[in-house]
Amino acid sequence: MTSSPHAPQSVAYVRTEDAPILPPPANTTGLYGWARRNFLDSMTDFSDVGSSVRSVLMILLTAFLLWFGISQIWGLIKFVFIDGIWSNPTGARREACLTQAQGGLLPNDQTVGACWPYVAANAKLFIYGRYPMAELWRPNLVFLLLALGLVWTLWSRMPYRKIGAALMLVVFPMVAFVLLTGADLSAPKAFWYVWPLATAILLGLGWAGGKGMGGEAVKAFSGAFWGLGLFFAYILVFALAATMNWGLNSVTTRDWGGLLVTLVVALTGITASLPLGILLALGRRSTLPAVKILSVAFIEFWRGVPLITVLFMSSVMLPLFLPPGTSFNDLLRALIGVTLFASAYMAEVVRGGLQAIPKGQTEGAQSLGLSFWETTRLIVLPQALTLVIPGIVNTFIGLFKDTTLVSIIGMFDLLGQVSSTFADSSWATPVTRPTGYLVVAAIFFVFCFLMSRYSMSMEKKLRRGHAR
Amino acid sequence: MTVSAEEIDVDRSQMKVSDDVAIQITDMNKWYGQFHVLRDINLTVNRGERIVIAGPSGSGKSTMIRCINRLEEHQSGSIVVNGVELTGDLKRIDEIRREVGMCFQHFNLFPHLTILENCTLAPIWVRKMPKREAEERAMHFLSRVKIPDQAHKYPGQLSGGQQQRVAIARSLCMNPQIMLFDEPTSALDPEMIKEVLDTMVDLAEEGMTMLCVTHEMGFARKVANRVIFMDRGQIVEQNEPEEFFNNPQNERTKLFLSQIMGH
Ligand SMILES: Nc1ncnc2c1ncn2[C@@H]1O[C@H](COP(=O)(O)OP(=O)(O)OP(=O)(O)O)[C@@H](O)[C@H]1O
Ligand SMILES: [Mg+2]
Repeated sequence: MTSSPHAPQSVAYVRTEDAPILPPPANTTGLYGWARRNFLDSMTDFSDVGSSVRSVLMILLTAFLLWFGISQIWGLIKFVFIDGIWSNPTGARREACLTQAQGGLLPNDQTVGACWPYVAANAKLFIYGRYPMAELWRPNLVFLLLALGLVWTLWSRMPYRKIGAALMLVVFPMVAFVLLTGADLSAPKAFWYVWPLATAILLGLGWAGGKGMGGEAVKAFSGAFWGLGLFFAYILVFALAATMNWGLNSVTTRDWGGLLVTLVVALTGITASLPLGILLALGRRSTLPAVKILSVAFIEFWRGVPLITVLFMSSVMLPLFLPPGTSFNDLLRALIGVTLFASAYMAEVVRGGLQAIPKGQTEGAQSLGLSFWETTRLIVLPQALTLVIPGIVNTFIGLFKDTTLVSIIGMFDLLGQVSSTFADSSWATPVTRPTGYLVVAAIFFVFCFLMSRYSMSMEKKLRRGHAR
Repeated sequence: MTVSAEEIDVDRSQMKVSDDVAIQITDMNKWYGQFHVLRDINLTVNRGERIVIAGPSGSGKSTMIRCINRLEEHQSGSIVVNGVELTGDLKRIDEIRREVGMCFQHFNLFPHLTILENCTLAPIWVRKMPKREAEERAMHFLSRVKIPDQAHKYPGQLSGGQQQRVAIARSLCMNPQIMLFDEPTSALDPEMIKEVLDTMVDLAEEGMTMLCVTHEMGFARKVANRVIFMDRGQIVEQNEPEEFFNNPQNERTKLFLSQIMGH
């Protein structure tokens, strides 16, 4: 090499040999590199006064956080496992978790942790509420079907997942309803005349419009007629199943409680609020003024009112508007309230996704002759929903935790059911409440954490699809 | 970037203009709010014509060709495509869009679908073609635009030129009678422009009716049978390419040509 590239007077430079390909410096990779980048660098710099002060502060802060975190975790482990009361050989009740000085069985010098005998004795109550003991196989079967269905539809390696999803969305709700309530309800006679007729008319219009018969309006809305008709047909089938006598004892929803109620409310809310939210979001962007105004009004109303108020009003005010003598099931009220409430939030999340899709996508689809609904379903929604998975799951998790509010209208969800045992004097000990709340927190955490992890894995998978 | 005419090799033997009218635009006007964007447009396109539309930025070129497949709505006058008049009737609009393909400046491929799925989507849903047949068709057109080996990739994994060729193949899968191009090469690097223009030349050689907004004057000279110059929402001048480039009549055309040929 005759001329150095650094020589200021020379402009021309020709490389004659390739520079060697080297591994990265050792202190930038591996565990040490990671530690160095993330904290060691910021606390070992004593080159001047300012950096020294900063380093000392960082060391102190790190030490404090380590001490604080570890002591908290240790405290929890100690309370749950080490000090926890795990055995109860005599089958005692509150005495099992009280020291002798407090009137119990434990030695006076023992620190008493979580009272597991209390949880064991109340486990059925926590899971099923006051569901009749002899019928527990019914909720158990529902739980089992639910678990199998979720694995089938959500696990990407399972075959025929679409069939699984269809079964879970269409058949499972009916099966669960029949099993849990016992069905054999009665519907007003008029229903059996009006509903099938309405269903037939809607499906007929949808079919005729699709075949190009009927007026312009029939043609333009044939998709909507189909959709509504199928929905009506589903309600009809549901009503048939609900009014049939399946030979099961009926169990009133007043006896449902605990995790069962939490899951029923949360799952209904989750499955119903997503489609409803999508429809509302599309409605809000519609060019038809009536559709747009209705959607906006709906969304703003439900977002503007606290859920507690919604639930209160549904139990206090709704009966005022209904004809006297008619009753409206508490659980159904809670379901509707929670679903509508969540769908308003969902609508705004989905709308955020819709807005992020460039106009060129719709134009590309339209220029190929795809209709509005085809464009929406095949091009816009898949991309928009993928973008807002974090927001959707956020809403799901919020909804799951909001189910605890149904205790306001006298339903016993998991939290309500556990709280109800705090009044039970046979289990009154100083550790009963902490134990109960810990159990509730753990169960909620597991469900919410699973949702969060699942959404993250799904995001990763979908993003791999159209990596830029 | 303009590819010079010498680089494009064109076989004109199959390019025949028939007497059949493909598109008829009569006294068409369009406004954006108060802004009169298209003024008194009259244009007849026969089957087999290759028309290049040129003009300064903002002159309404995109707006005009987007009116032809109703991506934009016109307010007065009439547009008749394949004998069907464009009105608010959604069914008729879909009918026309099936027969009119369009390629955009930014390709507008669907990023969540593979190249193959991009190409089979419309045939399957709009033409109700069986999946197998649609895939065979898509592979046929992907080979024609010379990228059959990319069929299972996603659009984001392709170069700009490849993406635009996929977009052309995607349109061709619908078997359109008319193709609209809105600056198909202006988002591309010079080396990719040629591969896209070659594809368009192939199409022209097979007798496709084409309307093409482009600044590629080499393409216009060699392939077009008519060049239209637009300015301020009006068609200012149109002529055969030779005459248009060598002997422009209107002052604005002259100014425009001197500007784009100047460098
Ligand atoms: N959606 C819109 N709303 C209002 N004005 C618009 C809209 N789209 C385009 N315009 C205006 O209409 C005029 C014509 O636009 P158009 O996109 O057709 O121009 P063009 O000839 O294609 O220009 P370019 O070469 O830059 O693409 C421009 O002045 C533009 O500002
Ligand atoms: Mg343009």
